[in-house]
Amino acid sequence: MPALLKVENLRIELNTRDGISPVIDNLSLELYPGETLSFVGESGCGKSMTALAIMGLLPDKVGRVAGGRILFNGENLATASNERLNEIRGNDISMIFQEPMTSLNPVYSIGEQIAEVLRRHQALSNKAAWSKAIELLDAVRIPDPQSRVSDYPHQMSGGQRQRVMIAIALACEPKILIADEPTTALDVTVQAQIFDLMRDLGRQSGSAIILITHDMGAVAEMAEHMIVMYAGRKAESGPVQKVIESPRHPYTQGLINCVPHLLAELTEERPQLAEIDGIVPSLKDFGRDECLFASRCEFADTLCRSQRPPGFDFGDDQIAACWRAGEIH
Amino acid sequence: MAILRATATRVVYAVILLLAVLVLNFTMMHMAPGDVADTIAQSMGGADAEIMEQIRKDYGLDQPFPVQLGTYIGKVVHFDLGYSFFYNQPVVKLILERLPATLLLVISAQLIAIILGVVLGVISARNPNGLASHFVTGLALFGYAAPVFWTGILFLILFSLKLGWFPTSGMRDVTTTGGWFAEALDIAHHAVLPVFTLCSIYLALYSRTCRSSMLEVLGSDYVRTAKAKGLSASQVVYKHALKNAVSPVITLAGLQLSAVISGAVLVETVFSWPGLGTLAFQSIIARDTPTILGILFFSALVVIVGNLLTDLALRIVDPRVRSKQ
Repeated sequence: MPALLKVENLRIELNTRDGISPVIDNLSLELYPGETLSFVGESGCGKSMTALAIMGLLPDKVGRVAGGRILFNGENLATASNERLNEIRGNDISMIFQEPMTSLNPVYSIGEQIAEVLRRHQALSNKAAWSKAIELLDAVRIPDPQSRVSDYPHQMSGGQRQRVMIAIALACEPKILIADEPTTALDVTVQAQIFDLMRDLGRQSGSAIILITHDMGAVAEMAEHMIVMYAGRKAESGPVQKVIESPRHPYTQGLINCVPHLLAELTEERPQLAEIDGIVPSLKDFGRDECLFASRCEFADTLCRSQRPPGFDFGDDQIAACWRAGEIH
Repeated sequence: MAILRATATRVVYAVILLLAVLVLNFTMMHMAPGDVADTIAQSMGGADAEIMEQIRKDYGLDQPFPVQLGTYIGKVVHFDLGYSFFYNQPVVKLILERLPATLLLVISAQLIAIILGVVLGVISARNPNGLASHFVTGLALFGYAAPVFWTGILFLILFSLKLGWFPTSGMRDVTTTGGWFAEALDIAHHAVLPVFTLCSIYLALYSRTCRSSMLEVLGSDYVRTAKAKGLSASQVVYKHALKNAVSPVITLAGLQLSAVISGAVLVETVFSWPGLGTLAFQSIIARDTPTILGILFFSALVVIVGNLLTDLALRIVDPRVRSKQ
């Protein structure tokens, strides 16, 4: 089966005060129909930039695709015209954003905001689009959709707004759904509901999902493949189960150790919460020929600080970009 | 239904506000030196103390202040604003004669300033470093800095005296013949310079405001959502962004309405436009108290009605305002 989306050696450059920085450096990935791929990593690692690049929505004059290809069904989106991208966006590839509170337009009813995308891509009439919007609200489990359809965003909670965003994104049954930290702004109880919804509806429409998240639990539950990003580079990638069970890259190990565990018996002595010391290097250092994680890594040696590590293959598709990945398992 | 109730509440507030304006105006005019007796005596060519006393008694000026105020308010409620001794006409008639000319000036200037301001604001926000954007910035600088009467005089010199495109003063040409259409055309011809003069300050203000609110909205999350839906650039800008960006402009336009009316006094004087502004100017010079009070009352009325309309416009544009009440 051919890949639905194939990203080859993608490089995204961002204009900053200190000059041009590669926020994404030599990223490759493949996404197959119906599959869920997860991006994990700290903030500022370039996860959202990758998503925006696939959508062709990199901020004007600030970011640009400087190299590589983004092949969707063989068509290079990085060089496609804006008109062509407008046909794909919201139709073949759609996206859910991090901030449900501000992602809906406050001055239009949610029905209009759902119906709009149906009229745009499926040439439905006003009436047909409106009744499809009601169906979609029902599908994203908003109670009493018949009357809620003419509500405005400010009349809904954050969780409900994110459901509306999902309805908009899935309205045209896209081949790829990109979800950029869709639950970060929501209550924990609502988070699980949103993930359930995405998984169920994604399965129904056969959409492949790219899930960007901090939430290792969500990754384990939702995704088949994962990519761990660090400072714009791929640190580790592979099947979710394999990577979580035997992470090779010290950064992946750190991320997994950071997930706090609920203890059945609470004692006076609370275990120390694990953390990864230090912070992601600043953008201007992103282009350096070294392992960018070296400054935070307990295993780093001179090689790590003088040469960028290539990806080492550990079988079953698991690849880790770490000089010492073989020893520190 | 909700809109009716909200409007009714607003109207009640407006009436209370209008009453407060009446009391304040009357008190201020009372505190100012000189009264109607002085005006009458002046027009008679002088009078001795006894006659002055008689005049004051005839017009109730010898009564204590609260009684005078009560009488005045009682009359205003019956839409009687008194009699102008300077023009020898009832004030209401005088004002109603002049009001249409001022409304024409003020409303056209506001509308043109809002529409042009929004258009310029949108164009410059879409390309913040382009030519149009610099034009808006320059225009704003000029609009803020130049006093409106001076702009008017500059326009007069260039467009009337040098180029001869527009008449220098007045509202009508007495020699105009033909039906109502020719007459309307004549008035429009006379109105161009005063309207654009009055418009100049507010155009600057509105285009700046629209530019900055549009820039903010264009960077918002919901505009990104609109782009992610695959909508065309013009749909994103004119459907999704503009409706959000005009709210501050509408609010500002409502607030500026009073300033537009005071600007009209200057512009009408420069262009001898036969409106309330010229009337206000002349009656202040002539110390024609009833007329001044009447004009203040009408200006307050126009501002209050204008603010009501602003609220209604905001309710139409923004559903969040609707559900707040």
